[in-house]
Amino acid sequence: MNSGASPLLQADHIVKIFGTLRANDDVSLSIKAGEIHALLGENGAGKSTLVKMIYGALQPTSGKFIWQGKPLEIASPAQARSLGIGMVFQHFSLFEALTAAENIALALPGKFQMNELSSRVTKLSADYGLPLDPSASIADLSVGQRQRVEIVRCLLQNPKLLILDEPTSVLTPQEAEQLFITLRRLASEGCAILYISHRLEEVRKLCDRATVLRQGKVVATCDPRQETPASMARMMVGSDVMQVHAISGNTKGPVRLALQKLTTAAQDNFSVQLKNINLDVHGGEVVAIAGVAGNGQSELFDAISGEILAVQNNAVLMDGVAAGHDGVTLRRKHGAAFVPEERLGHAAVPNFVLSNNAILTRHGTDADLASRGIINSAIAFKIADQVIKAFDVRKGKVDPEARSLSGGNLQKFTVGRELDRKPNILVVNQPTWGVDAGAAATIRQALIDLAKSGAAVLVISQDLDEIFEIADRIAVISRGQLSEALPAKTYTLEKIGLLMAGAHEVSHAA
Amino acid sequence: MDQFLAIAITIITASTPLLIAGLGELVVERSGVLNLGVEGMMVMGAVCGFGAAYATGNPYLGIVASIFGGVFMALLFGFLTLTLLANQVATGLAITLLGLGLSALIGESLVGQPIARLPNFHGIDILIIFSFILTALVSYMLFRTRAGLVIRAVGDNHASAHAMGFGVIAVRYACVVFGGACAGLAGGYLSLAYTPQWVENMTAGRGWIALALVVFATWLPGRLLVGAYLFGAISILAYIVQTFAWGIPSQLLSSLPYLVTVAALVVISGNRQLMRANTPTCLGQSFVPDR
Amino acid sequence: MRLDLEKRSDRSSLMALLSPIIAVALTLLFGAIVFWLRGVDPLHGLYVYFIQPMTDEWSREKLIVKATPLVLMGAGLALSYKANIWNIGAEGQFVMGALAAGAVPVLFPTWQSPEVMVVMLLAGSLGGLLWAWIPAVLKVKFHANEILTSLMLVYVARLVFDWLVRGIMRDPKGMNFPKSVRFEGWQRLPSWGDVHLGALFALVAALALAFVMYRMLKGFELRTLGLAPRAGRFAGFSADKAVYFCFAVSGAMAGLAGATDVMGVAHQLQTPYEPNYGFVAIIVAFLGRLNPIGSIIAGLLLAITFIGGEAAQATLHIPDKIAKVFQGVLLFFVLACDTLILYRIKLRAKK
Repeated sequence: MNSGASPLLQADHIVKIFGTLRANDDVSLSIKAGEIHALLGENGAGKSTLVKMIYGALQPTSGKFIWQGKPLEIASPAQARSLGIGMVFQHFSLFEALTAAENIALALPGKFQMNELSSRVTKLSADYGLPLDPSASIADLSVGQRQRVEIVRCLLQNPKLLILDEPTSVLTPQEAEQLFITLRRLASEGCAILYISHRLEEVRKLCDRATVLRQGKVVATCDPRQETPASMARMMVGSDVMQVHAISGNTKGPVRLALQKLTTAAQDNFSVQLKNINLDVHGGEVVAIAGVAGNGQSELFDAISGEILAVQNNAVLMDGVAAGHDGVTLRRKHGAAFVPEERLGHAAVPNFVLSNNAILTRHGTDADLASRGIINSAIAFKIADQVIKAFDVRKGKVDPEARSLSGGNLQKFTVGRELDRKPNILVVNQPTWGVDAGAAATIRQALIDLAKSGAAVLVISQDLDEIFEIADRIAVISRGQLSEALPAKTYTLEKIGLLMAGAHEVSHAA
Repeated sequence: MDQFLAIAITIITASTPLLIAGLGELVVERSGVLNLGVEGMMVMGAVCGFGAAYATGNPYLGIVASIFGGVFMALLFGFLTLTLLANQVATGLAITLLGLGLSALIGESLVGQPIARLPNFHGIDILIIFSFILTALVSYMLFRTRAGLVIRAVGDNHASAHAMGFGVIAVRYACVVFGGACAGLAGGYLSLAYTPQWVENMTAGRGWIALALVVFATWLPGRLLVGAYLFGAISILAYIVQTFAWGIPSQLLSSLPYLVTVAALVVISGNRQLMRANTPTCLGQSFVPDR
Repeated sequence: MRLDLEKRSDRSSLMALLSPIIAVALTLLFGAIVFWLRGVDPLHGLYVYFIQPMTDEWSREKLIVKATPLVLMGAGLALSYKANIWNIGAEGQFVMGALAAGAVPVLFPTWQSPEVMVVMLLAGSLGGLLWAWIPAVLKVKFHANEILTSLMLVYVARLVFDWLVRGIMRDPKGMNFPKSVRFEGWQRLPSWGDVHLGALFALVAALALAFVMYRMLKGFELRTLGLAPRAGRFAGFSADKAVYFCFAVSGAMAGLAGATDVMGVAHQLQTPYEPNYGFVAIIVAFLGRLNPIGSIIAGLLLAITFIGGEAAQATLHIPDKIAKVFQGVLLFFVLACDTLILYRIKLRAKK
């Protein structure tokens, strides 16, 4: 690495204030050409704010950027792109209704020549080992393929600096390896890479340098290859993260949740069809379902929660009772509880206060909450208060609107709302997605404690670290099919990666 | 044969305002905005166009004035929905009610006044020809130019468009103004060419039918042309059948355009596959940029 | 200058109360300007238009008569709009309610007992409900946009009314005028001066709907589905049932309004019948902040615009069309001011 050269980009005492929040507080960092630079930090530490400013989507309140030795203002993403800064977003900035080539054309300046562009896309993507069909509609592409579109879009602009925001969160371990090869090649060609991640193991493998942010401030700069994941985690969190105590020894109870040949009707080409899913979850155990995003996780969740009804009534058994034809409320009455992935708009109504959000999932099971169809708001308030106290939900006022809570605090509330009922069965989709480390540890411990008390806990997650931390058994979902649930100890990273890529899929000649 | 030609001309003049207003709304909806104020913009275009033509004696100045009438209402709509982030459905209704009221007040003294019909050659006037050119232009713009790509991108995912650095609000303002201009022009066509006079509420729901046509056309300009002529033909044929007095109640025939609109919506909306593939994803949603 | 909106962390309850008042004030300011442009002393104009209708007994009664259908329909629509279900065809349901109620004395001209009054009111409500269910069924079964279908059916309802009242429902002894027989005795609503029993229905209905909306699980369900449909489904609420429920309630209220209007005011059916109450009720619902109790106040306020319009025509020689302008402008300002509830507005000098 040409470490002696002057930096490509310097951030000089950058401050960004939103209202009263100092999202970036005097942040300075420098990135050299050909360097893979990690930006580490918890959710809410200010990583996204910083890169959005580098990409021109936000403007710093004070401080400046120095690009190739010259101070300048990055006024817009278009200007950033013309400087040679490309960005691959975490939640992709792609347009589903447009084709891959159209998506790419949007980012490129100059003449509008679709045919010529398509052939360039085909050539360049093949060259970097990221094959891509330029005429494919984004809606028809897998998550991994969509990421390729984003990367190819950046590469076509001959970037000097490529920013990637949590790129491997949507990839199988094998796909991630392929991405690392591409990134190393780019770096060797002189392109600087700013790599945002919270996966410390891969940062250690890939990156030359790391800047750690905490609460908007730079707290450390280090060489990840000289660090351990634990030491970097300490820098990110500022203290030792609470250790989650997993279940010791398997004291399996009876089967509480069973899925038998669960199949959903094909809805349309925007959702995944579940095919012949079998799974038993016993009381006293945590079963986790791993998989790459978009392989049927949310459909599976909906089918278990009753938001989508099963074709066969005995496809879903709850404590032995056939519940496939029961709606959400009836399934809750069978003792089941559910926490969906999307906090705002699915688990909670953003504009409702917390006590109203308590009614949302409890009106059917708490008899006196809505007897004879009339709501008892004192009880709703009491439930909310119990949850808030038990899970240390931090909030600004007595009964705030759900949207005003931070991700971690709202997640503690939506999980706590269900745990407060002491359910026999709990199904959680992405329990700690976008949640700070402290809240994540609290939630994971609560899930394990619930299982210890005899409940069946099913966790759907894309976070392999989380899965290995809490699961007794693991199954993998891929394109709507579920592999057999096996003890967590029997998996290697390679094995789980192959399953995530679809090794277990039965070819259903449709 | 002459009679056949006369009917054809009538159908064309009845379809033209639906086509023009529909094209404007199509572009607006492609950018993710649901403008239910088409009726109000149209009726304002009708009164402004008629008033200007009456005052100056020049129907072409009437055309210009009708466009301004529609654009004025569109700017009000844009200010509420795009700047103040008001609910698009409610604002559209407000624009329609306001337009109907304002036009009635402005047009109070114009009722019953005569003007010369827009000059035409055997019934074919300049706006009929323009409506065909406009269809081709809108289609070309949406699917063959960068501007069209940006409009479709903004309508598909405004958050991503913003992240890419496109001015979502500016793009939508431009589309809303274009939609208002088209709606105003369509209204002007009614009062300057179709029935060259001013009558209160003279749009008679055509703005709403244009909205339905956009859905019927699944947001494609070519299909909108077909749809507009289909509707034009049905409403004119209903009038012709009426003159034969076969004992069919005139009210039934008059309600045909509305019933056909409902039927068309049912047929096209029942096809979920088609709807989901074409409906702009952000249709009707306000965009709040983070700063 | 640039106008910036800054999102509040919680909705401002002060602004929720103030915003309709600011909107009314802005409308009055707009009115003053219009009067001034028309060469009328603005203060005098505002007095004649907005205050005078409340000063004497006779016009106060008329105010309540006008407000009655507005409140009935506004309250029903408020419930529906809260659930994000857009019935904008109340005008058509109103007309069908009047028609259904009127059909009873047309069929049984000699029926005279308290029952006939009840039957007429029920027939009116049912007529409105069934007409409203057409767009509801089309939405649930075929996903057809209810805004467009319910509006199209307004035009159809008017034509159906016209056809029947000119045809089989016409009074055979009515000199060929397009009118039905006159309603007599129990076929009319009891009244005190001009004010008929419908006013009481409006008051009770608005209170009852407010109770449903804010104290009952059903109302919670509708509000949830309106704000976050996915969360509503997660709570076990059915969006399809909500569509049926909202169209049933708002349609029945509109039908009832139509029935009380012909039974309490006109005492017969006559065509054309286009009172426009159904569209003004949309404004009532919004001005009342989609709260049925708010509809009571908003209904009275919009009734003033009707009566004031007539007064302006008579005294100020300004066309009564000005009423429609005020109504439209009022809704416009209401929507603009609602922004203040969720956002702070900041004017910034451009850099």
